[in-house]
Amino acid sequence: MSLSRKDVLHVAALARLRVTDAEQEALARELGSILSYAEQLKTLTLAADLAGVEATSRMGESSMVTRPDEPGESLLPEVAVANAPDAEEHQFRVPAVLEG
Amino acid sequence: MDFFSSLRELHTGLTRRETTASELLDWSLQRIAAVDDRVRAFLHVSAPRGDSDRRMGADIAADRMLAGIPYALKDNMCTRGIETTCASHILKGYIPPYSATVVERLDDAGAALVGKLNMDEFAMGSSTENSGFFPTRNPWDLERVPGGSSGGAAAAVASGMVPFALGSDTGGSIRQPAAFCGVVGLKPSYGLVSRFGLVAFASSLDQIGPLTHTVEDAAIVLQAIAGKDGRDSTSAHIQTPDYRAALTGDIRGLRIGIAEEYFGPSVDAGVRGTVMKAVALLEQLGAVVSPISLPHTEYALSAYYLIAPAEASSNLARYDGVRYGFRAVDAENLMDMYEKTRSAGFGPEVKRRILIGTYALSAGYYDEYYKRAQQVRTLIRQDFERAFADVDVIVSPTAPTTAFRLGEKVLDPLTMYLSDICTVPVNLAGLPAISVPCGLIEGLPVGLQMIGRMFDEETLLRAAHAYEQAAGMAPLRPELAMEVKA
Amino acid sequence: MAVLETVIGLEVHVELGTRTKIFCSCATEFGAPPNSHVCPVCLGSPGALPVLNEQALALGVRAALALNCRVPAESKFDRKNYFYPDSPKAYQISQYDEPIGQHGFVEIVVGGEKKRIGVTRVHLEEDAGKLNHSPYGDVSLVDLNRVGIPLIEIVSEPDIRSAEEARLYLEEIRSIMQYCLVSECRMEEGSLRCDANISLRPMGQREFGTKTEIKNMNSFRNVQRGLEYEQERQAAMLARGESVAQQTLRWDEATGATLLMRSKEDAHDYRYFPDPDLPRILLSAAYIEARRGEIPELPARKRERFEREYGLPAYDAGVLTASRELAEYFDQTAQRVRDPKSASNWIMGELLANLKAAALLIDEIQVTPLALADLIGLIEDGTISAKIAKTLLKDMLDTGKDAKTLIAEQGLVQISDEGELRAVAERVLAANRKSVDDYRAGKEKALGSLVGQMMKETKGKANPQIVNRVLLELISGRE
Repeated sequence: MSLSRKDVLHVAALARLRVTDAEQEALARELGSILSYAEQLKTLTLAADLAGVEATSRMGESSMVTRPDEPGESLLPEVAVANAPDAEEHQFRVPAVLEG
Repeated sequence: MDFFSSLRELHTGLTRRETTASELLDWSLQRIAAVDDRVRAFLHVSAPRGDSDRRMGADIAADRMLAGIPYALKDNMCTRGIETTCASHILKGYIPPYSATVVERLDDAGAALVGKLNMDEFAMGSSTENSGFFPTRNPWDLERVPGGSSGGAAAAVASGMVPFALGSDTGGSIRQPAAFCGVVGLKPSYGLVSRFGLVAFASSLDQIGPLTHTVEDAAIVLQAIAGKDGRDSTSAHIQTPDYRAALTGDIRGLRIGIAEEYFGPSVDAGVRGTVMKAVALLEQLGAVVSPISLPHTEYALSAYYLIAPAEASSNLARYDGVRYGFRAVDAENLMDMYEKTRSAGFGPEVKRRILIGTYALSAGYYDEYYKRAQQVRTLIRQDFERAFADVDVIVSPTAPTTAFRLGEKVLDPLTMYLSDICTVPVNLAGLPAISVPCGLIEGLPVGLQMIGRMFDEETLLRAAHAYEQAAGMAPLRPELAMEVKA
Repeated sequence: MAVLETVIGLEVHVELGTRTKIFCSCATEFGAPPNSHVCPVCLGSPGALPVLNEQALALGVRAALALNCRVPAESKFDRKNYFYPDSPKAYQISQYDEPIGQHGFVEIVVGGEKKRIGVTRVHLEEDAGKLNHSPYGDVSLVDLNRVGIPLIEIVSEPDIRSAEEARLYLEEIRSIMQYCLVSECRMEEGSLRCDANISLRPMGQREFGTKTEIKNMNSFRNVQRGLEYEQERQAAMLARGESVAQQTLRWDEATGATLLMRSKEDAHDYRYFPDPDLPRILLSAAYIEARRGEIPELPARKRERFEREYGLPAYDAGVLTASRELAEYFDQTAQRVRDPKSASNWIMGELLANLKAAALLIDEIQVTPLALADLIGLIEDGTISAKIAKTLLKDMLDTGKDAKTLIAEQGLVQISDEGELRAVAERVLAANRKSVDDYRAGKEKALGSLVGQMMKETKGKANPQIVNRVLLELISGRE
C-alpha cells in the first residue's frame, strides 16, 4: 500500500491542512506504511469472517437518551465570544465568506 | 505522612487534625516547585480559587475521602476560568466557559485542583513527546519517557507532586504511563465516567480515570467521579456500588485468564517474566489461572489506528481559528485562514492522524477501512465476551517494554503504535482495566494489566488490590523522591 | 426537437417548533441579539456533548408519519463533515443512511386531479448558524443563535413535473406541518426552506437528464419563479444543442435569474460516519403509535370530507383547508347553517377579505364560528339582507358583538311586511313615471332603478325579493 503525493494533497485539502513539498514525501510514506498495516484487516476476508458481522460504531448506553424540552441557561454574548481571536459586536469575525 | 501517602492516610491525617487542607496544598505546591523543573509534568500550576482551608476544611468528614486533597488534571479536561490546552498550540490561551463533569464532581467532593498536566497533544501519543510545548520526563530516569498520553499525570503522581491525578485513556493512555512510572492507573468501563468536558480525541474510545499510588486510592477517586451524567448521552445508567467495599483481599477461587496473544514476540522477556511472577503470586492467593484465547487480537491495532484517527479527524475539525484558540494572522481569505491556522496550530502527529482519519472516511474508502474496522471491533468484543464466560479477570503485561528513551521512537510512528498492543483491544471493547506496578527491571517499573468484565470494576479492583497487598511494593518510590525533601 | 418533460425533486427543510435546541437547552427564539442563545454545546466548545431533545424527536416522528413514511424501530445520527464558519463543530449532526422517516408520499391536487409525490426520506438534523456579510466586503460576522435549532429535511422523489406542482407540493407540506403542530413554517423567518433539483428529458425517455440544484428560493412565489426560469434556461440550452452542466445554482430574486454557486468538481465529500456521541434512536411500536395518535385529520382527508359531507366544490375545499385553523372555523360554522355552501361563500369571500385588509389571522378574530353561523341564519330566514349582513360582519369584527345585538342597536331588521312595502312602492312608482314607462317599453334596467329607490326609501332594510315582486305586480296591475 502506498499513497501518492496527489492522495496526500487531496486528503490534506479535505482536512484543511497545508503540507509543504518536503512534508508530502514523508507523509506519503508514513501514511502509506500505516495504511499497509491497516491492510492487515483485509486478510480477514469478507466472505469468511466479516459477512454479517455488525459494525460497532459506538459504545456505552444502548438505550435511548433524551432530555426534556426545557430551556436552560445560555452564555452571555460577551462570554460566548470571549475566546474568539477576532470578534465584533458579539459576533465572530472571519475573512469574507463569498459563497452563499 | 509524606509525598507518597495514600489517600486514606491523608484523609486520616485531616480528620485527626494532624494536618490541614492548606498544609497539604502547600506541600504539593512546594513539591512541584522542587522537582517539576526536571520532570516537567505540569503545563500550568494554578492554586485553587478562594480560601482553601475555609472552603474545604469545614467539609472534612469521615465520609468525604477527597475533601482537602490536592490533585491535578490532564490538560484535556475543561476547567472553567483556567486555561485548557490539550498541550496544543491551537488551544493556547483557551479559557473554557464551563467545567467538565469530573471537575465539578471533584469540586463537590472538596478536592483541590493544583494544576493542569502535560500530555501528548490531543492525547495522541504514547510518550508525551508529542506535547506541543515540551516533553515530560520519567521520574525513574529523566532520560526516559513517562509514557503517554497521560504522561504528565503519571509523572506527577510518581514523583509525589500530587497524591492523585485524572488522566484519559483512548488506547492505553492511562495504563501505559502508569506502568512506565510505577503508579496505579485505572481505565473504567466506557460510559462509567462522564466524558462531558473531556476534549474529545476518539469519542467511542475515550474514558477518564484516576492515576494513584494504590488500588484503594483508585477506588476512592473512581467513587467520586463515576455515575450517570445527563449531559453525556453515552454515560451509563447504572447504580455505582461501593468500590472500596469490594477490596476484601480475598481472591480465592477467582478465575484468571491468560491470553497467549498478549505475550507475543514484541513483549520483552524481562517484562514477560515479571508479569508471570505476578501471575504465580495470584495463584498462591487462591486464584485459578487458565489459558484463554482472544483470536482477533492481531487485528486490534489495525482497527484502532483507523477508528481513532477517523473520529479524531472529525472531532478536531472544530479547531479552525474562528471561535477560540489560535488563528494564523496573515490569511488572505477564509480557506487560507483555515489552512494556515490548522497547519501551524497542530503538531506533526496530530496532523498525521487527522490525515489518516480523513482518508479512511473519504468517499470510496469508507467500506474498505472504517466500516471494516468497526466490524473487527465487534469481533474483538465477542472474543472478550467468550473469554469472560470462563474467567473473571484477564491478566497481561500493560506494555511490552519498560519506559523507553526520549527520542527513541519518535521517528517511527508505526513502531510507537505497536507498543499499544496490550491496551488497545480493551478500549475497542469498552472494558475496564487497571495497571498495577508488579516489579522493576533495571530500575524501571513494570505494569501488570488486569482486564475486567463490562461494569465489573468491583472484581477488577478486588483482584488488583489483593495482588498489590500481597506483593507489598506499593507505593513505589523513584530515587528522585528520596533525594528531594520538602 | 422532441417535447421535453421537466423532472423536479425538492429538498425541504422544516424547523421543528420546540422551545429549545435539538442537542442543548438554549432557546430557539427567532430574532434574538447575536450569540445570546448559545452555550458550550451549540458553540462547539471543546469537550461539550450533545443530548437529544425528546420533543424534537417526537415532532420529527410525528412529521414523518404525517408524510406517510415508515418509521423504523431503529435509526441513528451521523456526522456530516464540512468546514464553514456557520458550522461550529465543522460537522453537522444529521442522519445519513438510517433516517427516521422512509418511503412516504404527499398528495396534491393538480388541475383537479389528485397526484402522489413520493417522499424518499425524512431525517432529523441541526441547523447551522447565520453569516452576516459586512457591507465593506472584507469580513463576515458569525452569529450562532440558529445553530442547533431542530430541523427535519424532507427529500422528495423526482416525481414533480412542473414549477406549479413544486409550489403545490411545498404548500401541501406546509399545511401538513401546520396541521400537525410540527412547525409554523414561516418562509420569511426561514422556518420552511426549499432547495430543488431540476432536469429536462425528452418525453417518454426513462433516463434522467443532467440536473442542476437551485438554492435560496425563499418564498412560494420564488420557488415557482426560480424553477420556471431554470426550466426555460435548460430548455433553451438543449434547443441550441448545448448540454446542461451539473451545477449548484442560487436563485437571485432581484435579477430573477439563477446564478452559479459551484460546479460538480467542487462537490463536497462529507465523510459521513455514525456519531459516536449519540446512542442509536430506538423507538417502540407504542411510541410510534402514540405519535401517530397526535396527528389530526390532514388537509387531503379534510378536502375529501368537505366535498362529500358539505357538498363543496373542490376549489372551496382546497381554499378552506389551506390552514388547520381556517378549516376548523369553516367546519364549525358549516355545522350550524342550513346551506354549508353559504358558509363557504361567506368565509372565503367577506371574512377572508376583511382579515386580509386588517392583516389578521383566523384565530385572532373576535367573531366565533357560532356568531358567523347566526349571521348567516339571519339571512337565510330573511331577517336581514345580504348587503346588511356584509356591513354587520365588519361591525362584528370591529366590536366583537354578535349580529342580533348589532341589529337591535342599529334597527336593521329587514322589512318583509308586504303591506308596508306596497305602500312605499306606490309612492315610488308615482314619483318615477318615466322609469315605469321605460320598463314597459322594454328597458328592463329601469326596474333596477325602481328597486334602488325602494331601498333608499327603506334605508336598505327592504326585503329585496318582496320588493321585486311588489313592484312587478303594481306595474303590471296599472297596465
